[in-house]
Amino acid sequence: MTNSVLKNTGRLTRFIIRRDRVRVPLWLIGITFFTLIVPIAYNEMYDSQQDRDVLADTMRNPAMTAMVGPGGLDNYTIGAMTTHQMLLFTAITVGIMSILLVNRHTRADEEDGRMEMIRSLEVGRLSNLNATLLVLSIANTILALINGFGLYALGIEGMDLEGSLLYGTTLGVTGIFFTGVTAIFAQLTESSRGTIGFSIAALLIAYFVRAIGDVSNGTLSWLSPLGWVTQTGAYSDNNWWPIVWMIGASIFLFFFANYLNAVRDLGAGFLPAKPGKKYATAFLQNPVGLALRLQRTAIIAWAVGIFVMGLSYGSVFGDLDSFFEGNELLEQMLASEEGFSYTEQFIPMLMMIMSILASIPTLMSMLKLSGEEKKSRIDHLLGRAVSRTRLMGSYVIIAIFNGFMMISLSAIGLWAAASAVMEEPFSFGTIYGAAMVYYPAMLVMIGCTVFLIGYAPKLTGLIWIYLFYSFFVLYLGGLFDFPDWVGKLTPFGYIPQLPVEDMEVMPIFILVLISITLMVSGFVGYNRRDID
Amino acid sequence: MTVIKTTNLTKRFGKFTALDGVDLGVTEGEIYGFIGPNGAGKSTTIRVLLGILKATEGEVKIFGKDAWKDAVEIHKRIAYVPGDVNLWPNLTGGEVIDLFINLRGGNHKNRREELIEKFDLDPTKKCRTYSKGNRQKVALIAAFSSDTDLYILDEPTSGLDPLMENVFQECVMDVKREGKSVLLSSHILSEVEKLCDRVGIIRQGKMIETGSLDQLRHLTRTNFRVETKQPITNLGELEGVHGIEENSQTLSFQVDTEDLDNVIKHISPFGIVKLESTPPTLEDLFMRYYERKDPSSDTGVGGAL
Repeated sequence: MTNSVLKNTGRLTRFIIRRDRVRVPLWLIGITFFTLIVPIAYNEMYDSQQDRDVLADTMRNPAMTAMVGPGGLDNYTIGAMTTHQMLLFTAITVGIMSILLVNRHTRADEEDGRMEMIRSLEVGRLSNLNATLLVLSIANTILALINGFGLYALGIEGMDLEGSLLYGTTLGVTGIFFTGVTAIFAQLTESSRGTIGFSIAALLIAYFVRAIGDVSNGTLSWLSPLGWVTQTGAYSDNNWWPIVWMIGASIFLFFFANYLNAVRDLGAGFLPAKPGKKYATAFLQNPVGLALRLQRTAIIAWAVGIFVMGLSYGSVFGDLDSFFEGNELLEQMLASEEGFSYTEQFIPMLMMIMSILASIPTLMSMLKLSGEEKKSRIDHLLGRAVSRTRLMGSYVIIAIFNGFMMISLSAIGLWAAASAVMEEPFSFGTIYGAAMVYYPAMLVMIGCTVFLIGYAPKLTGLIWIYLFYSFFVLYLGGLFDFPDWVGKLTPFGYIPQLPVEDMEVMPIFILVLISITLMVSGFVGYNRRDID
Repeated sequence: MTVIKTTNLTKRFGKFTALDGVDLGVTEGEIYGFIGPNGAGKSTTIRVLLGILKATEGEVKIFGKDAWKDAVEIHKRIAYVPGDVNLWPNLTGGEVIDLFINLRGGNHKNRREELIEKFDLDPTKKCRTYSKGNRQKVALIAAFSSDTDLYILDEPTSGLDPLMENVFQECVMDVKREGKSVLLSSHILSEVEKLCDRVGIIRQGKMIETGSLDQLRHLTRTNFRVETKQPITNLGELEGVHGIEENSQTLSFQVDTEDLDNVIKHISPFGIVKLESTPPTLEDLFMRYYERKDPSSDTGVGGAL
């Protein structure tokens, strides 16, 4: 290298490749695996064009378009189906890969002081940035090629060479684009957390701008790089010029990142680090407030996720009946009841899935108590005038409310989307009731967690196995013909199947009683044992 | 009045005995130094005192109340600083200090600002950016901002620089002047020597010595450097003389406190030109206790054990 600011870029490139020789291949293998497995699965599940057209009809609604973007629904081949349902999310995954890798080699190294040692050697000022950009560009190019040719090599009907290459290339250029985005935020912010935070935020904003644009105003989608992703229409329209756009934009981002890097000091950023609060708010100054504050971000993120999940399930309600008809696999999974539509019969199963998913954030907020103990931050509270009962009580209250909120949000989302797409929508009470009837089972799960924290703090992980067991036996129970008692080992197996069955108060009452018993004994155990 | 009193405190984790019959007493208004090597049981003792661990056997009283059953009541009058301060990475130092002060229940905060300034802490920074020393400062500021009767400090200065250590020592002397009691576990012996009225030494879960520094010194040896007109003879044969080293004209050796009189009588006829004596430092004490492999087999100097 003759140019001194780029001195030894080649050696740094090799150094980065050496450091990531496991990490990058793992990312590439993982992403490629999912890209290739999905069309194979689709090909199995929807082997006739008739099946695929039925699926395409269920996809024709705003909620689905908001989620995955527009697709080639008129000619819904396996290829078009893969592009429609997978391309956007895979592209987002590739974007996240690029964000994490770029941050790792730029701001994270700088923040931890490793860059200082590198820069004290015979290395140009811009060498590290460009070595990073080079490695990421190579990685994304390889990704584009193996995904493109890999899809073509599957030899599935409707997946031609051009479409396959376009699919792979779209993934690759999305990765390169977000490489550029992250490279800029690595210059702007002072911390690696900031770099990741801003870059992921950019990715999410791109997603939502596209979502709004896709359902309302098409030009809005053109403002979002992820809008360009869906506009390629691989396997149907085969538009290449969004790719050109993306490459052009990436080159601009690369140059801009170089400029910013050239004019700043090592360790500095352009966005000032915002000083935090000097005083605690009154809200924070008690155990409940602290526990809530520590989980704030997680709770909000889960609430949004659960709500969106409710919306997306609800959005397919309009075409469920036609979708189920003729699909033996799905029919088998439903307990067939005379006098009810497939959609109605589908509700209890759906609610069971949603309540188990809603249990995840609920149990996480309860387990936070033992997490705090493992990080030995509980001593700060118990060493002050906070009793164990009060401490554990704070977390139990939060978990109980969290569970209530999550299951409610999933029901509200489901109802809102379902009533938008159905000709004769369900009443809110029907949907909400069918969801809330699972809440006592969630309470039992909280009770089990409290019990474990009280008596076996090292075994709290068992609750996840129990939750997974519940999901497995109830979701696949109909398929495998498990004996009845297998499903009765989980609280979720005692819930009346509203609206197909009548409401029964007794099992609900007993579940609530069990959960109270478990919680009370958990408190007793927690008050008796040593804190780790 | 006794503030802390443990009688035959024993703590077992499964088969492992962490504390074996510890008797510890801290009286009101005193600073009690609690010293011992790593893993001796200092932190375990302190966590039992705080009611975080439950004693397997024995009685633990603070302010005359049971440390386990009345933990919350007791904690209203206690300030505790752990040796390893783990804080919540996404809260600021200021937020944590306020939280800590408030959780003790109804304490005034007027010293908060003064201490933040003294300890030179930036309370607007997130805890994840703090070094070990800064995290300790957060805990120390919260502790000394509150108006409590007993301070339990578990190696509170291991991450502080010498300047901040001075500030810490001032804080401890301030609370002592107000008549408060302090239990200070420490590895920094000069600090213990400077601050503490009484010292307890723990080793392998047993209290092996306790008493005022003067009392403890009495149980050990005084260092001598002597220069005489004629060379001293037969010194090594005397009772209670140890570690003789000859350096040109000067002799260095240690003498057991109870044999001082005999030794001085023995050497004075040789014509003393120069005589220096230094009292044993806490370090000497410390090393002597720790070096012994098995405390029971050693009868100790002057029957200390």
